[in-house]
Amino acid sequence: MLIYNRKHADLWTLLAPPAIWAIHFLVCYAAAAIACAKAEDIFAGLGGLRILILVVTLLALALIAVAGLQARRHWGFGTDDPPYEQPTADVRQHFLGYATLLLCALSFVSVVFVALPALTIADCR
Amino acid sequence: MSDETTTRHDGADRARQEAQQRRLDAAWETPKGWRYWSAVNNTEVGVWYTATSFLFFLFAGALALLMRAQLAVPDNGLVSAPLYNQAFTLHGTAMMFLFAVPIFEAVAILLLPTMLAARDLPFPRLSAYGYWCFLIGGIFVCGSIFFNAAPDAGWFMYPPLTTDTRITGIGADVWLLGLSFIEVASIAAAVELIVGVLKCRPPGMRINTIPLYCWYVLIVAGMILFAFPPLIAGDILFELERLAGWPFFDPKRGGDPVLWQHLFWIFGHPEVYIVFLPSIALLAMIIPTFARRPIVGYSWIVLAAVGTGFLSFGLWVHHMFTIGLPAISIGFFSAASTAVAIPTGVQIFVFIATMLAGRVTASTPMLFAAGSLAIFVVGGLTGVMVAIAPFDWQAHDSYFVVAHLHYVLIGGMLLPLFAGAYYYFPLMTARKLSDRLARWVFWLMFAGFNIAFLPMHLSGLRGMPRRIFTYPGGMGLDWLNLASSAGAAIFAAGVLLFTWDAAWGWRRRANAERNPWGAGTLEWLNPLPQPSCGVRSVPGIASRYPLWDDPDLPRRVDEGREYLPDAEEGLRETLVTSVLDAGPIQCLRVPGPSFLPMVAAILTGAVFILTTFHLYWSGLVFGVAALFAILAWLWTGTAMVPEKQAKDVGHGTRLPLYSSGPHSVGWWAMFITMTGDMTAFASLLFAYFYYWTILPVFPPLDAAGAPLGPGLLWPGLALAASLSAWGLMLWARRQNAAGRAGGLRLGLLLSALLAAGSAAAMLMGPWQAGLQPETHSYPAAVWVLLLWAAAHYAAGIVMQLYAVARSLAGKLTREHDIDIQNIVLYWHFAAITGHVTLATVALFPLLA
Repeated sequence: MLIYNRKHADLWTLLAPPAIWAIHFLVCYAAAAIACAKAEDIFAGLGGLRILILVVTLLALALIAVAGLQARRHWGFGTDDPPYEQPTADVRQHFLGYATLLLCALSFVSVVFVALPALTIADCR
Repeated sequence: MSDETTTRHDGADRARQEAQQRRLDAAWETPKGWRYWSAVNNTEVGVWYTATSFLFFLFAGALALLMRAQLAVPDNGLVSAPLYNQAFTLHGTAMMFLFAVPIFEAVAILLLPTMLAARDLPFPRLSAYGYWCFLIGGIFVCGSIFFNAAPDAGWFMYPPLTTDTRITGIGADVWLLGLSFIEVASIAAAVELIVGVLKCRPPGMRINTIPLYCWYVLIVAGMILFAFPPLIAGDILFELERLAGWPFFDPKRGGDPVLWQHLFWIFGHPEVYIVFLPSIALLAMIIPTFARRPIVGYSWIVLAAVGTGFLSFGLWVHHMFTIGLPAISIGFFSAASTAVAIPTGVQIFVFIATMLAGRVTASTPMLFAAGSLAIFVVGGLTGVMVAIAPFDWQAHDSYFVVAHLHYVLIGGMLLPLFAGAYYYFPLMTARKLSDRLARWVFWLMFAGFNIAFLPMHLSGLRGMPRRIFTYPGGMGLDWLNLASSAGAAIFAAGVLLFTWDAAWGWRRRANAERNPWGAGTLEWLNPLPQPSCGVRSVPGIASRYPLWDDPDLPRRVDEGREYLPDAEEGLRETLVTSVLDAGPIQCLRVPGPSFLPMVAAILTGAVFILTTFHLYWSGLVFGVAALFAILAWLWTGTAMVPEKQAKDVGHGTRLPLYSSGPHSVGWWAMFITMTGDMTAFASLLFAYFYYWTILPVFPPLDAAGAPLGPGLLWPGLALAASLSAWGLMLWARRQNAAGRAGGLRLGLLLSALLAAGSAAAMLMGPWQAGLQPETHSYPAAVWVLLLWAAAHYAAGIVMQLYAVARSLAGKLTREHDIDIQNIVLYWHFAAITGHVTLATVALFPLLA
């Protein structure tokens, strides 16, 4: 699996964490847009939608965490220091793991950011 | 090879080297005389592209000066309101579509091969075609203002103003069709650049050692694939509404103008980053050179580039905060808009850290780099302000936003580009621009910019809306506007001084020495002026800054001791390497000069221009002619069968001259192009489902109270025929792999027949059901999806017949099977498009 037990890091594993952010974003946006477009009463509470957003957010964060664990392994658990510029397959792997780990952190924070509105906004106004 | 051997310069060795150099020069010679314009090499096309987009920049800048002259004093009558409308629309349009995006493509086409020590990008004729498309489309769009026919509804063309042909004349069509045509060029460049970065690196340049510019190019080209197609889809809907009355954006008939806003900004916001990242990428090359040390935090730049690339797609609604969306939707986009400040900030801190950790030498490029960071930070901070929705409600469509976007674009895009121009000028001309004049240029631009745009924050907060052609005096706006106009003139003086130096001034200066800035990256490897073949031989690379880490490298390269030191067959060749580790895998022959790309672009351009003037039949004739020109180009320039299977490229490496399937660059290009194509398709699907969300009843009901729809019979038949056509393509490929040419041709022909039947059955569905696209957005959405799929099948049939012809001509065989591999790949995408379309239009009415 792309984010779990891949032996070698590559460009796809690098792109996976932000892709999870993108999917999470799209699901939140589409669900809210549909829920509000179809809502009879814009003052009615969005209980179901907010629970859905909570669930997909937890799921996305979990997936990013899993990707982060794999990235940490690809990074070699930090056994050597940046800048990862030696021309060897090992260092290339460590570099990709490190960059992916950074992207996991960014994606994690960004998923939390995107989920925050659902914490405070309770209806379709 | 040992050191003793390499340093021994006997006569025979020198004679051999000179003979190699002569053969290389002959193979890569730039055509002379009028044939110069048939050149396709990146060194020529890149220069034309850069110069042309800079000219469009000057043109759009002149329009801005016209606007500032009009706004200098209240109640001014210098420019009429209609002309002012055309001026601001064309200013924004030309700056974004004819300058900011194309100059990225231009600079990348120019620089990328030198950074990768490649002789050329893998599809030189595609670059040339893209350039000619850009030139023709740009002249068409800009020229319209001289006939009082320019678009005049703002660069984002909001309906219903723009869909009403009584209010907006031909200018809207010029915008839609002219720019659609140019978007083709952008996607062509994206394909070229992605394949270039991934597959055309020098041997050994692993993914952790590629120049940072290449990371940015890769990300930005990928962004183009996801950002431009939604606009192309939007343009299609828009033109169908304007030309044929299909009501996609007309609320009276089930449409919605907000759909255009979505499609436009799904393109428009990432586009800001598409123009920003490549300029920042130039800084990532410049700053280490002058800090005299490698970049601090290479991996962090990768994080920033990839992170920004993704997050920038979650911002589009922040242009639509005031249209009445639910607060929760706005919240998501506000959150993403603030989150994108994280990776953007990381880049800035990486640059600052590099400067602090190194010893910065003062220089012209660094002056512009420092100025750009200062201005960009201000633009970034006002960006965070307008990302906060309640503030945006106050500032929206005011001069505050005008100030913000110019701080971002001029700080983030234009000044880094000027830094890059000063830095890379010697690479093109072998001479530096004047440092003395540069200080004048910089301070005129920097001061002029701030004098012009800083007051706009205030005029905006005082209530001056954007896009008004005049204002009454005594509202507290007079002095602010006068200052802005004066600043604009000062800024323009700086730009003009630069233009003079770049066009004429440099000619009187002495040649720069090799690697004039003492840089560490490969673009400075060659002697100046650069030979037209690029590198003398392609070096193996083992570090991020090879010129710093391996001082002996230029000598080895010059003496032809590295890869591909010769052109024995007199053909243009470059290396193809693997994606992650850049192991050499193929010696790629690239085509040489040809007028075909130019002819194909002129004919394609004619189709768009004639359609603008509603001359559909002439357009069709030119369309067929363009198709044949493109086929002739493909026939003579792609999938060429080499005279031998493999050749020696040096260092005892023997590489194949022909690769197919995922090993070939053409397969990658098809894959990337079709990814962009799928994005356009997804945008059309989005439109279909968007109508479902906004309409209370979707699909609308017929007289009997049943939902409208194309029924199940014809879509079912279309699906069956399509599945068979798809299966036959796989069968045909297998026949070819088994060496059965007859089976290949039979499979292709039968598949073409079934594909034609499938396309016809697709269109029969809504036809039989009597769905009238002019009546309502639902039938229009069904028709446009099915027409899209059917058009893909028609293109697929042309490819199948082409493959039959190639097989008959002996150019498509068991060993040389690029064509069939790529066409099968195309059919995977076409079939997915067709099947998803059929499932949507046939089944959704049953569910809804």
